[in-house]
Amino acid sequence: MSETTAVAAPVRNSFPSPYDQAPPAGAEGWKDLYAYNLVFQDGLREVEEKKFWFCDSQHWPTVTKPFETIGFEFAVGCLGQYNARQLLIPTANGIEYRIHNGYVFMSPVAVDPQHIEARVPEFMQRAGHYFENWDSLLQNWHTKLRATIDEIDGLDFTALPDMIPIDDVLSGKGTGAGTEFLESYDKLISLAYRAWQYHFEFLNLGYVAYLDLFMFCKEMFPRIPDQAIATMVQGVDMELFRPDDELKKLAKIAVSDGLADLFGDTSDAEGTLAAIAAHPAGAAWTQAWNDAQDPWFNFTTGNGFYAHDQYWRDVPSIPLAFIKGYIERLQGGADIDRHVDELVAERDRITGEYAELLDGDALATFQGKLGLARVVYPYVENHNFYIEHWTMGVFWRKARQLSAVLHEAGFWPEPNDMFYLRRDEVRETLFDYVNGWMVGAPAIGPSHWPAEVERRRGIVDALSTARPQPALNTPPEVITEPFTLMLWGITDDQIQNWLGKSDVPEGTLQGMAASPGTAEGPARVISSADQLSEVQDGEILVAPVTSPSWGPIFGKIRATVTDIGGMMSHAAIVCREYGMPAVTGTGTASVEITTGQMLRVDGNSGTVTILD
Amino acid sequence: MTDYLFIRFFDQAGPATIDQLGGKCASLVNLTAAGLPVPPGFAVTTAAYTSFVELTGLADEIDRLLEGLDPEDVAVVDEVSAKIRAEFLSREVPDAIAAEFARAYEALQQRFTEEQPVAVRSSATAEDLPDASFAGQQDTYLWLRGRDAVAEHVRRCWASLYTSRAIVYRLANSIPDEGLSMAVAVQKMVDARTAGVAMTIDPSNGDRSTIVIDAAWGLGESVVSGTVTPDNLHVDKVLLTISEEQIGEKHIEMVPDADSQGVVEREVEAERRGIRCLRDDEVTAVAAIAKRAEKHFGSPQDIEWAIDRTLPDGENLLLLQSRPETVWSTKAQAATPTSSGFGIASITQSLMTQIGR
Repeated sequence: MSETTAVAAPVRNSFPSPYDQAPPAGAEGWKDLYAYNLVFQDGLREVEEKKFWFCDSQHWPTVTKPFETIGFEFAVGCLGQYNARQLLIPTANGIEYRIHNGYVFMSPVAVDPQHIEARVPEFMQRAGHYFENWDSLLQNWHTKLRATIDEIDGLDFTALPDMIPIDDVLSGKGTGAGTEFLESYDKLISLAYRAWQYHFEFLNLGYVAYLDLFMFCKEMFPRIPDQAIATMVQGVDMELFRPDDELKKLAKIAVSDGLADLFGDTSDAEGTLAAIAAHPAGAAWTQAWNDAQDPWFNFTTGNGFYAHDQYWRDVPSIPLAFIKGYIERLQGGADIDRHVDELVAERDRITGEYAELLDGDALATFQGKLGLARVVYPYVENHNFYIEHWTMGVFWRKARQLSAVLHEAGFWPEPNDMFYLRRDEVRETLFDYVNGWMVGAPAIGPSHWPAEVERRRGIVDALSTARPQPALNTPPEVITEPFTLMLWGITDDQIQNWLGKSDVPEGTLQGMAASPGTAEGPARVISSADQLSEVQDGEILVAPVTSPSWGPIFGKIRATVTDIGGMMSHAAIVCREYGMPAVTGTGTASVEITTGQMLRVDGNSGTVTILD
Repeated sequence: MTDYLFIRFFDQAGPATIDQLGGKCASLVNLTAAGLPVPPGFAVTTAAYTSFVELTGLADEIDRLLEGLDPEDVAVVDEVSAKIRAEFLSREVPDAIAAEFARAYEALQQRFTEEQPVAVRSSATAEDLPDASFAGQQDTYLWLRGRDAVAEHVRRCWASLYTSRAIVYRLANSIPDEGLSMAVAVQKMVDARTAGVAMTIDPSNGDRSTIVIDAAWGLGESVVSGTVTPDNLHVDKVLLTISEEQIGEKHIEMVPDADSQGVVEREVEAERRGIRCLRDDEVTAVAAIAKRAEKHFGSPQDIEWAIDRTLPDGENLLLLQSRPETVWSTKAQAATPTSSGFGIASITQSLMTQIGR
C-alpha cells in the first residue's frame, strides 16, 4: 500500500495493562460487584501484568452480572481440574480467569518444565484408562448426568408457608420448610458444580485425541487446511442437531396435516398452540410438539452462561417462529433437510484421498489416530447439548424461580434481579429471608437490596457501553497451549491481527478459514438472539459469536462471520455441517460491518471483504 | 485417419510409444485419450525424420561430417553443426512425407471455421539432447500460420538435433547417432490470457497433498523460462482450496503479435501486474486438471496449462503438457511421522511435541 492511502491501523507491540484502563463513566466501583479473587487486585499488579490475558468473548460476549460469574468459575475451574489434577496432562495446567470491566479474561497456566516428565506416566495411566474404556465410561456418564439433571429438576422454590403442614407435625418430622429452602439452594449450586465437572470429564480427552491426529496430519501434509482435518472427524448424526431436526419434523407435519395457516402470529404462542390443539387434524402435531419438549427443547438461543438466556421450553414463541420459517420454506418448494448421506460421502471422500497419499506405517498410523479421534470426537460436539443447553436450561429455570420468590417477598424490584447478587450474597439473603420467616419478623433484605440492586444495575449498564480489549498485557512469542489454540482460536497470527500488524488491506477482515466455500451477499449484523427474526433470506450473518441453536436461520443465510472463535467453535462446527462458508475470529467484524453492506466471504482463505 | 504412415493425430486411438512419438507427443496422445482438454494437433512421427534423412542421403552425409570430429575444437564443431542444419532446411522432403503432412495440416485446420495459428515443438525420444529433461529448453515455435511456415519449422526442430551443444553432448557421453530420431508436435495455438505450470507435489518438501501453481499473464513460456516472477499458489489437493498465495510482480507477458506473425513480449500495465492472474474458480480448475493428470498417470505430475481468452468459461482451460515429477517421486516417503501408532502413547508424544515445537 502506498503512503497516500487511508490511515493505517495503529501498530503496537502489546495490549494495555488492566491497571491502566479506567472503567466507562458511571461504572466506578464496579470491582465491588465481584468476589475479590475474580478481579485484578492492586497489590498483585506486578504479578498480573506479567501474564498474557485474552478476552473470552466467545463464551461471554456481554457483561456478566455478579451471579453469572458462576458460569466461568465452574466451567473454567473444572477444565483446570481435569488438566491439572485428574488427568495430569503433562504440558498443560488449567486456565486462570479474571473479570475486568465486566468482561472475562483468561490466561493459560503452564506446567513447570521440571514437572512435565513426572506427569507422563500418571497421564498415560489415567487418560489411557478412559480411552480404553471410552464407551462404558461414557454410558456411565450419561446415567450420572441424567440423575444430576433430575435432581436439579426436582428442586422447588416456592414461598414459605404460613405454618408447617400438619402432616409434618403429626409425623414428627421435626424440620421446617425454611431449612429445606436453604438446602435446596445449596443443592442447586453444588449440582451445577457437579455437572460442570462432568462436562470436562471427557472433553479434554476428546481434544487431546483430536490434537494427536491434527499434529500427525500437519506433519505429513504441512499445508493441510485445519478444516480438512475437522471434516474428517466431524459427526454427522449428532444430538446437537436433534432440536433443529425436531423443528423440521414439526414443520413437515404442519404442512402435511393442513395446519400451516395456524402459524400466522407465533408471537402469541399460547393462542397458536391452542388453535392447533383445537383443530380436528391437530392431534399428531400436538403430540410431536409435546414429545419434543423434554429433552430437545431444553435448548437456548444463547449459550447457557447468562441468566437471561431464553430456552425454547420456557419461551415457546421461539421454536414456533422457527417452525413457521420452515413451513414457509417448505411451501416455497425448498428442501429443508440436512443431507446426512451427502455429508458422509464427502467426509469419506476427503478422508480417502488423504489416506491414498500415505502408505505403510504412515497409513496405519493415520487410520489408527483417525479411528480413535472419531470414537471420542462426537462427545466434543454433543456435550454442548447435555450441559450448556439441557442442564443449564434447568438450572436457570430454577434460579429464576428462586429470584421471583424473593421478588414477591419484596427483596428486589424486578423478578430477575437476584442475578445482580453474587451467589454467596444470595445465600446470605436467603438466610435473612428464612430467618425472618422463622422468627416472625420482617426480613432485612427488602430495606437493603432494592437500592443496592439499582446501583448495580447502573454499573452493569455502564460497563455494557464499552467493548473489551481483545487481550491484556504483552503476548508470548508463540502460543503453544493446545486449548487456547484449538477452542479459542488464539493463534500467533490472530494476536498480530489484533495488534494492528496484519497486512490485510483496508476494507478486508482476516479471520480463520472455518468452513469452506465463498459467498456474497448483504450483511445482517446480529448482536443478540433477540434480533434473529430480522435475518432475511440470502443475507450473510455477522455476529460476535453464534449459538448452535440458531440452526433454523442457517437455512436462510449464505455465510457466517464471527468476531471470535476457532476451528472448533460452535459457528465453525455448525457451518461445516450445513456446508456453508464461515470465517470465525475476525476480532471486529460485528463492529466494523453494518447491516446492509455487501460482503464477500471466503471460507477457504478466512477473508471477509466489504464490497461497498 | 488411420492410413497415415508419418503422422499421428493426438486423438487417434491406439498405443503411443515414445520410439514413435517422442516423450512430449506420446504424453499428449495419452492425455487426450484420458479425456483431458488438450488442444488438438498431431505428431510428425520419428518415421518421418528417419525416412527424410535416409531417403535424401542426409544420414550418410552426417556420418561423414562427424567422422573423427574433435568435440574440443569448438570452431570446427560449430562449422559442422551449421552445415548439417543447413542441409536439414534445404534438402527436399520426399513426396510421400510432404503429401501426408499437407493432408494432416488441412485435416487439422478443417476442424475450425477459419485457419488457426499453430505451435511447433520438438518431441525427443530419449537422451538425445542435453536438455531433454528440462522444460522449455527444446525447440518451440509459436503462432505459426500457413502450411509452408509450419513445414519449415518442423525441419528446424529436426535440425535442432545437431546444434553444437547437442553434438558435443553426444560425443562426450558416447551416445551413438545411429537410431537418433525426433518427432515434432504440431498443435493448435492457445491464445493464452493466463498460463503457467502446476506440480502435484510441493517441490519444497515433497508434500503430496499440495498442488503448487505458478501463473502469469499471457503465454506460459514466460513462466517456464523464468522471465517473470509468477503468482505462486499452494492449493490443497483434496479440498482444492488455496492454502497460501504469493502474488508475483508480473511485469511482462508474451502475446500474439498481429503484424509479425509470431509472439511478442510486452510490458504489462501497472494495474495488472500486482493482481492475481487467476480467479478463485480458475485456480480450482487448474488444480483439478493437475489432479486428473496425476490420477491418470499414477504418479506426481508437472503440467503446463493455459486459459484461452477466445474460448468460453468452462471450456477455456487447456492442458498443454504433463510430465512425471522426478525429484520427490523417487524418494520412498516424503516425511516420516515423529509419532507412530495411536492411542495414549502417541497422544502423549504429540502433547510433548506441541510444547517443544
